[in-house]
Order: sequence, then C-alpha cells, then structure tokens
Amino acid sequence: MALIEVQDLARTFTVRRKAGRLRRTTDLVHAVRDLSFTVERGEMVGYIGPNGAGKSTTIKMLTGILVPTSGRLSVAGIDPSRHRVELTRRIGVVFGQRTTLWWDLPLRDSFDLLRRIYRVDTDRHRRNLAEFTELLGLGDLMDTPVRQLSLGQRMRGDIAAALLHDPEILYLDEPTIGLDVVSKGRLREFLRTVNAERDVTLLLTTHDLQDIEQLCSRVMVIDHGSLVYDGTLGGLHDEGSSSRTLVVDLVDEAPPIDVPGAQVAKVEGPRQWLTFPAGASAAPVVAAVAASYDVADLSIQEPDIEDVIRQIYSRGFSGMSQSKGLLPGGPT
Amino acid sequence: MLYVAVALSSFRRYSTYTAATLAGIFTNSVFGVIISFSYIAVWKQNPSAGGYDVTDALTYCWLAQAMIMTVAVWNGGTTDDVAERIRTGDVAIDLYRPVSFLGWFLAGDLGRAAYHLLTRGVAPTVIGALLFDLRFPDHPATYLAFLVSVGLGVVVSFGIRMLVATSAFWLLDQSGMLALSAVFAMFFSGLAVPLVLFPEPFRSLVLALPWAAYMQVPIDIWLGQRHGTAVLTGLAFQAAWSAVLLLCCAALLRFADRKVVVHGG
Amino acid sequence: MADRSGTRSGDDLRAFTILAAMWIRVSWTYRTSFLVMTAASLVITGIDFVAILVMFSNVDQLGGFGLGQIAFLYGATALCLGIGDLVVGNVERLGRHVRLGTFDAMMVRPVGVFAQVCANEFALRRLGRIAQGTAVLLWSLTVADIAWDPARVAMLGSMVACGTAIFVGLFVLGAAFQFVSSDASEVANAFTYGGNTMTQYPLTIYPTEVVKALTFLVPVAFVNWYPALFILDFPDPFGLPGWLRFAAPVAAVVVCSLAALAWRAGVRRYRSTGS
Repeated sequence: MALIEVQDLARTFTVRRKAGRLRRTTDLVHAVRDLSFTVERGEMVGYIGPNGAGKSTTIKMLTGILVPTSGRLSVAGIDPSRHRVELTRRIGVVFGQRTTLWWDLPLRDSFDLLRRIYRVDTDRHRRNLAEFTELLGLGDLMDTPVRQLSLGQRMRGDIAAALLHDPEILYLDEPTIGLDVVSKGRLREFLRTVNAERDVTLLLTTHDLQDIEQLCSRVMVIDHGSLVYDGTLGGLHDEGSSSRTLVVDLVDEAPPIDVPGAQVAKVEGPRQWLTFPAGASAAPVVAAVAASYDVADLSIQEPDIEDVIRQIYSRGFSGMSQSKGLLPGGPT
Repeated sequence: MLYVAVALSSFRRYSTYTAATLAGIFTNSVFGVIISFSYIAVWKQNPSAGGYDVTDALTYCWLAQAMIMTVAVWNGGTTDDVAERIRTGDVAIDLYRPVSFLGWFLAGDLGRAAYHLLTRGVAPTVIGALLFDLRFPDHPATYLAFLVSVGLGVVVSFGIRMLVATSAFWLLDQSGMLALSAVFAMFFSGLAVPLVLFPEPFRSLVLALPWAAYMQVPIDIWLGQRHGTAVLTGLAFQAAWSAVLLLCCAALLRFADRKVVVHGG
Repeated sequence: MADRSGTRSGDDLRAFTILAAMWIRVSWTYRTSFLVMTAASLVITGIDFVAILVMFSNVDQLGGFGLGQIAFLYGATALCLGIGDLVVGNVERLGRHVRLGTFDAMMVRPVGVFAQVCANEFALRRLGRIAQGTAVLLWSLTVADIAWDPARVAMLGSMVACGTAIFVGLFVLGAAFQFVSSDASEVANAFTYGGNTMTQYPLTIYPTEVVKALTFLVPVAFVNWYPALFILDFPDPFGLPGWLRFAAPVAAVVVCSLAALAWRAGVRRYRSTGS
C-alpha cells in the first residue's frame, strides 16, 4: 500500500456573504474537488498552485486538522480525520508563516519539550539533535529565545523540531518563503540529505519554483481545487510546450536568421534569439546557424519554469493534462 | 489648531473598536448590578454612611463604572502608546518633533476620553437608571461643572499614567511599576469602595491624594455633595494636582531627553 | 476533556504538567518580576476584601451576616476561582490561538489540544489570588462560630473541590464560544469573575429571582453559598429546599459535562470549517 493514498477527496466550505443591504446568501466554495493521488515512501513531491488553489486545505486534511467533506484518505495506513493523534507521531509539519516552536523559550528548551511530548528515546533524540544542529548550523542559537531569531534561523529550528521524533512524512508549507538565497540553498541541501539518509517522504508546497527544480522529482499542480498535473518535472516542461532559446551573437548585423527547426523571437543589433521546442536537441540548430552565418558567440537558455507554470495556470482545469492521459480518470 | 486635530483623530481611532466597546459596556453593567446590591445592603444597615443616602450610593456605583474607561483608571489611554514607543525606541522621533511631547499625548488622551465618555460613559449610566433609582442633577450648571471636573480628572489620570509610562526610560521591566500603579489607582480612586466610607483618619488622607480627583470629586459634584464654593474647591483641587503632575512629567521628560541623546535613541 | 481522536487523559495530564513546569521555570528565571507580579496579584485581588472591611467600619452586618461569616464566603469563592484560574485560566486565549494559527500547531502534536491551551503561558503568579483567599478563609474559621463535626469537615473539602470544578467548567464553557465568535471572551468574564464577585457577599442581598438564577441557571451559588449554609448552620433565607446544601457535586458535574460537550463541539466545528 502506498504511504499516502488519496481517493476522490473533496472539501467544500459554505461561505456566507452579504448580497445587497439586508440579505445574506451562502456560497459553496469547492476548495478541493475529486482529488486523487498516491505518494510512495521516499518520494519528494512538490505541490504547487496559485493562491487559493487548495494547497493548504489539502495539507490540513492530510494532517488531520481538517475533516474532508467526502472521499477517502489514508496516510501511513491511518485515517487522519479519525485517528489524528496516532498519526501525529509519524508526521512532522513545518508551517512557513508561523512557528511550531514556543515563542518565549530558547531553542534548547523547545527541543527538550518536544522530546518529552513525543516520548522520544533520549539517546535517539540526542543523536538526532546533534546531527541537525550541525547540518543546520544551530549551535550558536540553542540558547536564544525563538522570538529573537531571524526568519531563516527560526525556519531551521522549525525543521529540526519537526524531524526530532523521526517522522515518516514531513509536510512543508512554504518553507523557503522570505529566506535569502544562501539560506534557501542550505535548507534544500538539508532536505535532500534527510530524504536520502532517513527515507523521509517529503511533501512540499511552495511558490518558489526553484524549490521544485532543486528538490522534487515529482510535481503536482493544483488549481481551483483540482489536480491539473501530476508527473515528473521534465514532463511539466513538455506540458507547457515550452521552448529553449539559442542566443546567437553574429559578427555583423544581419536580417533574421532562417534555419529549419527554429524561429527568431527577437533581434537586437547583431544578437538574435532563436526558439526551438524544449524536447529537441540544440545540436542541429547550432550546426545550421554556424554553417550559414558568421557567428561570434552562442549560448542556450533553458525554458523558464515560471513560464511553464503560468501557461498551465492560465489554461486551467481544461482537461489538457487528462487528454494526454497523464491523470487517471477522464475529464470530470 | 493642531491639538484639536490630534484630539479628533484620537477620537476617531478609538471609535473603531466597536466590539470591544460593546463587550465592555456589558461587563460594566453586570458589575454595576452586583455592586448596587452590595451598596443597598450597606445603606440598609447604615442609611447615612459616609454622608450619602442609598440613592447617592447607587448613583456613585453606576457613575464610577461609567467613568472607568473615560478616566482610564489603569490603562487604555494614549500613555500605553508611550510606554511601547519608549521600548522600541520610536520615542526618539516624538521627542524631536517641534511639538510638545506632553501636549501631543494629552490632546490624544482627551480625544479618546471624549469617545469613552459618550459610549462607555453614557451607556452604563442609562442602564443603571433603568434598573435602579438614580439621582440626577437638576441644574444645568451642575452638568457643566461635572463635565469640567471629568475633564480635569482625565488630566490628573493622564499625569499619573504618563509618569508611570516614562519610567520605561529607566526601568527595563515595567511590570512592577504597572502593577503598583494599578493597585493604587483601583483602590484610591474609589472604585473598590467610595472614599467617603473610609474611617478617619484614612478618609481625610485618601481624599487628599491625586486619585481622589479621578472619580470622587466629579461624582460628588454630580450628587450635589459639593455645591456652591465646594464645587470650586473641588475643581481647584483637581487643577492643582494636574499642574503638579504635569510639571513632574515635564521634568522627567527633560531627563529622559538627555538620556535619549546620550544613548542615541 | 481529551480530544476524541485518541488521546488518553493520563497522557494529557502528563503533557500539561510538563508544559506548565516549563513555564514555571521560565518565569522563575525572571525571579524579581515573578515575585512582584505574584504580590501584585495578591494585592489586586485582595482589594475586594479590603473594600468589605471598609464597609464594616460603617456597619456590623450585611444581609444578616457578620464579618467573620462573610469572610468565610469571600475566602471560599476566592480560593475556588483562584485554583480554577490557575489551572484552566489560559483557555480564554483560545480565540488568539485560532487567529494566530498556533491552534493548528497544537493539533499536529500527539497531545490533546485542551491540555496544551491550558498549559500555554501557565501563570504561577495567579497563586496571589489563592493566597489571599486562603488567608481570609482560614481567618474566618477562627472567628466564625462553627460547630465542627466530620460532616462539616467533609463539606469544607467538598466545597473547595466542587467550587473549583464549577469555575473550571464556566471558564471552559466561555472559551468554547470563542470557536464561534472571538469577542466572546469578555462576556464570559462577566460570568466567571462576575460570579465570583457576586458570591463574595451573602446572597441575601440579592432579590429571590437572582438567587434562583444563581442556583439553577449559572450555578455559582453552589461554590460557597449552599455549603456555607450547612457549615455555618443557617436556615435557607429564601425557603429553598434543604437538600440543595448537598447538591454542589451535582452542579459541578453538570457544568463540567456541559463544558466538555461544548469544547468537543467547538473542536469539531473547527475541524469542519477550518477557522
């Protein structure tokens, strides 16, 4: 059985709002509809979508905070809404925008409290703590109250706290938000290590697509409550029918380059940008250009994942992915 | 004028807290009812205790509840901002403005007091009058004198609260100072029990303290316990304490100013 | 008050103790502040009794009760409220936890949420109220003329236990409403602290309807009044049945059961509306 099994999961909210001066109507908001996917042990899955798409709602259901309206859900063989407490021992959660640590306590005390609450064996706790302290650079921070930590430091503390009891699954809700480049890199490195060495399954929601590129082999894209893509990162590029760009610096200005398999997107003096499909090899295009023109320099730009995602968001839940057979079940 | 503008904007700011105001009026009313019954019991045993009769006592009870927020007995005034700004260091900006520091916050506090008088002042009084038999002044002049007295009470209260707030310049942990101030204010303002009930020699002592200016003086004017020249001496008492306290604040602020300059804020 | 999906009360109690102990340790590191705050709490809550003393410099009795007997009532209700406030007082911060998202953080730990909410920022300084209440109560036992026998001693113990339980139930009931409306807290205070203030005095000072409300509606009369009627050997001034004197445990059970139901309903609501 897969570690996480989600079948036709749905979550509807009734929202009351004012319609006119005195009347109030109730709207039904389908935060999540007919969500189905499985996650195997050891996977690192990215879960992305525009704001309000249903990411947080999904995480809340997976962790047992929110009860689904319908559908089946099983995490490590447990139904989160019925056996929330039993599940909590096997999962760790990192909320990007709020901390799970105690605001006024030093890190050291927070970790000790967690050891006792989760009833972690003292030796195991000590070893885990030593390893995380070193990998995350927490050594100098252990006696600092959480409220005095910077965002990056606090995030590192939160991640260590979430892993101290050796959970099988780690949920991260926007963990790199607000962090600087160096901190993001270190955090991603740490997550890769944790996944590789401890076989912790990661489910990561994020707006930072670099997180996805650097960490996740699998991406799920949710929009308006439905899954519009579930597959590999590479496949995502194919999805977006994105293109690679060959930047050609000619010796002299020339009219737009004409070679098979590529189109000129932009010309600026002697520099021209040629686009060709993401799946194709650059070699024939380069050869063709070099053969027919005086080339001073060449470089290749990979497709921007942001563009890919933007295209997918704008296409929306139009069944594009389903028509390519990438999602189970036909269009709804 | 600038200070009027400050007062008005303060009034507006506090008027946004509707839910808290309503909840507060409810609490005031509940305690007003409870205290009313205890006073009825006391005056039944001693119908002229403290020189009041039972109607005076009940009126005292409801007016006191009504004035808690107006006079900001513990906190809830603009002086809360002062302590916070001293802690964060923002106060340096205030001290270097070409405007009187005290004047600015006092104007704000008076604006706030006006809002609280209209809401948490009027509402409990009306509720009390509906539930019990209260005494109302028959002379419009009395109402006027009462309002002036309430205003002066706010200034005295401001003075004390500002002194406590400025202690933040020197004390790292203000909790002791605040607790002490709260205890004194609650007891010596006559909120726990009317000051007139105190046995001598405490009675005279307590009536001379600044906290007596918060409620006891205005309410005595309302009740007619102070009439004629007694009204004027009451107002003078309040004005005197206002002056003393504000001068102390100004002096403290000058010391603080120096401290801010030396430390760079 | 354990969460339905699987915590055992023993686990929750253990977690509560661990968390509360941590907070006590933290406040002890700021020793002077802690001692000052405890002393302040003692004085601020004790002012109510000083007010009663001032009243008694003008009268000999209130509502047919002398100072020693009123001190008994006052001390008992202060002690019960004090213990209740110490143990579950923080539950009134529920609205804030929901708003700030810390409630979610509590839900992903293997401990009942109720225990965590109560233990969060555990304030040992609340001993101040307990201390002054105990002092007044003990003093009253020396001055009031009580004919002690085993029944009365048992009633004294029952009074403290059930009285505390009633206040605990009222605190939790009030807090449970914050799942629905975050402005509920001040209204709830009117019942808990208001209830305490009302029972500082003999209920003879209130009209009969009020006393009936305090018996059958918001049962704070069982905190100290009915046990006092038995211990001090007073006939019921309102002609209400004599068995009410022994009904405090029933009142405690009813209030706490309602509170537990309300809390669970609140958590259920939170888990199906997400806010």
